[in-house]
Amino acid sequence: MVKSGTLILHTAARILMPLQLLFAVFLLLRGHDEPGGGFIAGLVAAGGFTLYLFAYGISATREVLRMVDPRDLIGVGLLLGMISVFPAWFFDQPFLTAQWWTIPGIDFTASTPLIFDIGVFLAVLGSVLAMVMTLMEVDKDEP
Amino acid sequence: MMQIAVLSGFVLAAFAPLLYRWLGQRTAAIMALYPLAIVVWLLAQWSTVVTGGEPVWLEMAWVPGMDITLTFLIDGLALLFGLLIAGIGVLVLVYAGEYLRGHPDLPRFLAIITAFMMSMLGLVLADNLVTLFVFWELTSITSYLLIGFNHTDISARKAALQGLFVTVAGGLALMAGVVMLGVAGESWSLAELTTRGDQLRSHALYTPMLICLLLGAFTKSAQFPFHFWLPNAMAAPTPVSAYLHSATMVKAGIYLMARLQPSLGGTDLWVVTLSLVGGVTMFTGAFLAVRHTNVKKLLAYSTIMALGTLTMLLGIGTEGALIAFVTFLLAHSLYKGALFMVAGILDHETGTKDVTAMGGLRALMPITAGVALVAALSLAGVPPLLGFIGKELMLDSVMNASHYKALLLLLAFMAAILTIAVAAIVALRPFFGEQRQTPRAAHEAPLAMLFGPAVLAGASLLLGLVPGSLDRLVGVTVAGIGAAGADVHLALWHGINLPLLLSLAALALGWVTYRRWDRVRARLAYLDPLMARGPEAAYDAVMLGVAGGAEWQTRLLQNGYMRNYVLVMVATLIALLGNSLLLRHSPEIAFQLDVHFHEAVVVSLMAMAALFATITRSRLGAVASVGIMGFSIALTFILFSAPDLGITQLLVETLTVILLVLVLFRLPRFASLSTPLERIRDLLVAGSMGVLITLLVLTSWGIDQFIPISGYMVDNSVPLAHGRNIVNVILVDYRALDTLGEIFVLALAAIGVVAMLKLRAAKPTDETKGRSDG
Repeated sequence: MVKSGTLILHTAARILMPLQLLFAVFLLLRGHDEPGGGFIAGLVAAGGFTLYLFAYGISATREVLRMVDPRDLIGVGLLLGMISVFPAWFFDQPFLTAQWWTIPGIDFTASTPLIFDIGVFLAVLGSVLAMVMTLMEVDKDEP
Repeated sequence: MMQIAVLSGFVLAAFAPLLYRWLGQRTAAIMALYPLAIVVWLLAQWSTVVTGGEPVWLEMAWVPGMDITLTFLIDGLALLFGLLIAGIGVLVLVYAGEYLRGHPDLPRFLAIITAFMMSMLGLVLADNLVTLFVFWELTSITSYLLIGFNHTDISARKAALQGLFVTVAGGLALMAGVVMLGVAGESWSLAELTTRGDQLRSHALYTPMLICLLLGAFTKSAQFPFHFWLPNAMAAPTPVSAYLHSATMVKAGIYLMARLQPSLGGTDLWVVTLSLVGGVTMFTGAFLAVRHTNVKKLLAYSTIMALGTLTMLLGIGTEGALIAFVTFLLAHSLYKGALFMVAGILDHETGTKDVTAMGGLRALMPITAGVALVAALSLAGVPPLLGFIGKELMLDSVMNASHYKALLLLLAFMAAILTIAVAAIVALRPFFGEQRQTPRAAHEAPLAMLFGPAVLAGASLLLGLVPGSLDRLVGVTVAGIGAAGADVHLALWHGINLPLLLSLAALALGWVTYRRWDRVRARLAYLDPLMARGPEAAYDAVMLGVAGGAEWQTRLLQNGYMRNYVLVMVATLIALLGNSLLLRHSPEIAFQLDVHFHEAVVVSLMAMAALFATITRSRLGAVASVGIMGFSIALTFILFSAPDLGITQLLVETLTVILLVLVLFRLPRFASLSTPLERIRDLLVAGSMGVLITLLVLTSWGIDQFIPISGYMVDNSVPLAHGRNIVNVILVDYRALDTLGEIFVLALAAIGVVAMLKLRAAKPTDETKGRSDG
């Protein structure tokens, strides 16, 4: 059984988790040009949550996650992945052809690869969290 | 167009439960308007197709890149089948609405039977081979669901599975045949293939192609020795039997053979196979029928008889035989549909299917009796019904057969005798004689149930009285299946000739058989041990063998021990890899030793970690050394400037540690479970794997079979994909489909873990029990 409750771990987890999540988003967004991307970002974010999980236990982590069940993250991730398949269809191109839209004013380029990458991010995050949290729950159920 | 109508039919099927909620018991009758509209539309094509003799083309693209179209071709044959399917579909829907009134699963029934109807329509109207095959398989699946409609009944489930296995196994053969046909004929269009008969018949693939196609057709159309699934399928509700197992689905194989007659027919192989299989099926069906007292089984076996007759006529293949084929087909669909519906009425009103338990119902249900009589007269082939014309033409063409004339004539004559007996049993036994006590007090069926059989029986009579009205339809249909320009004159009276005399003799002998039916049955009971060794026993043996084989290989390969799985996987990999690397492609080693010091350090670190992991006696030590290997690999990636891979590897290693921490205390005692001999075996397997992979890597270094794709990816990453990180561009753009597949696999793995753990957690008692048992 994982012991939780040392002071250093507590403090570190509280500070590190938001930073890790922020870093994950950073990795996700810059992934197309520099090292990073949805898969790596998903692992980093999952690492952040797992650290918190080890420090504060399962119910506190569920509170941090609010109403979001990791299993739902998997579903949303897969859905986003599928959604990114279709836009090309409307422009009479083969499925999965990347589409790029520059949003005027803020100099930001939205694209189907980005949507796809977010889907990968969520699917990875959800899968890892689901596995880790289930393992911990089983641990807790059995004395 | 028609394609839209067929596809919308599937949508309508999906909405059947909702419609039922709104419309209640009237749903079936209202849904029957849909096939009725299709009938009207098909009749509107009559002037073009039948009077004008020009097929109607409805072109529609589906997968243009692979030459697959949804084009429908409505010629005589398609029109005839389409009218039968949609027309009898209307009657069956009306009938079923009453037959299953109040049944809680009526909406499900309506949904499936509508879907089946549309599949069947698509099957007979499609011009493209692939489309035909897709609809063919759809009919198999929907019919499986319909046979197993009473899914709480184990015999219904068994029959449904049997029908599915037999027809789907045939479907697999058909798929192979369809591919060969398309390749050999260089076209996927049935109409095109019709014009390429000589090319196909002289093609090297002709024999295998024919065998595969015929296997598909024979299984679907219940030809001997695949006939056994059809009587078992009588477990379905009677409307299903009336529709699928007499008028439509079992004729799909017949339809296919008729369609292919101009492309593949006429060779000795075709003629002999079809006439012999058809003839034997015809006799077997009629012979097995008289053994039964269950009215549905009687009819099912007589359907096998009819299907055999149709196959035989296609095999004979002369102009006369094809005319007989079309006439017999039409006549059979009409009277058999009617008789099945009558059987349903009897079952519904009396509560039994056993004809020996019924008697004297004529007084209680006069209309049913009349309908049954007319339909049975057509089955028996008595003038002036359409069945008579069909049978006369059949006997006439058998006498003009080119191969096995005497044998076929004998089989046909005996089948005719037995069929007449069956007709008498079905139409006379329940209605005449003294009245018997039946499980339910019998009374006349409701109008909705009488409507269908009455229409069909009436059509049998009417068309028999004015057969000339069919001349043009039969002529056009025959023209489409290989007898162009046939001059068709259907008539009741052909003068006193041999077929008529044979008919009269059969009628007399059939009557005698009917009068002595009880004794005949008692005699035939001696054959029961022999019957138990029929083709169905072979089917059971095959299924048992499959189950046994599956059990054996599961015990051998998937025994639940992780070490066993790894061993099997690695050994398989060695076999496959070794085969192609060592035997098919000699390994070449071409490399110069040009190693930097830090690279050597990383590699030796990896090797030492691996060695330590295999010999250590501490679990933590093993975990740590495997971790060292992982981090060394990450280091290697970074050394060779692949930061993305390095980061991913590092993160995965970290995660592995986390997961290990979580499960570490739950693992069993760390122990050495293998004997020294097993360890040597494992060493050999692992060692050869390592050697092979090394050889592979070194060999592939020296091979340049293809222009590397990486150049293209580097060049186009920024201009086309707007990204400078090529790894990410590959993941989300170039090979996004692969990634999509991978995240689905990942999600499945996560769901699997969750399910496994949660199920264990939910049932700790089962787990402990299993452990103590083991």
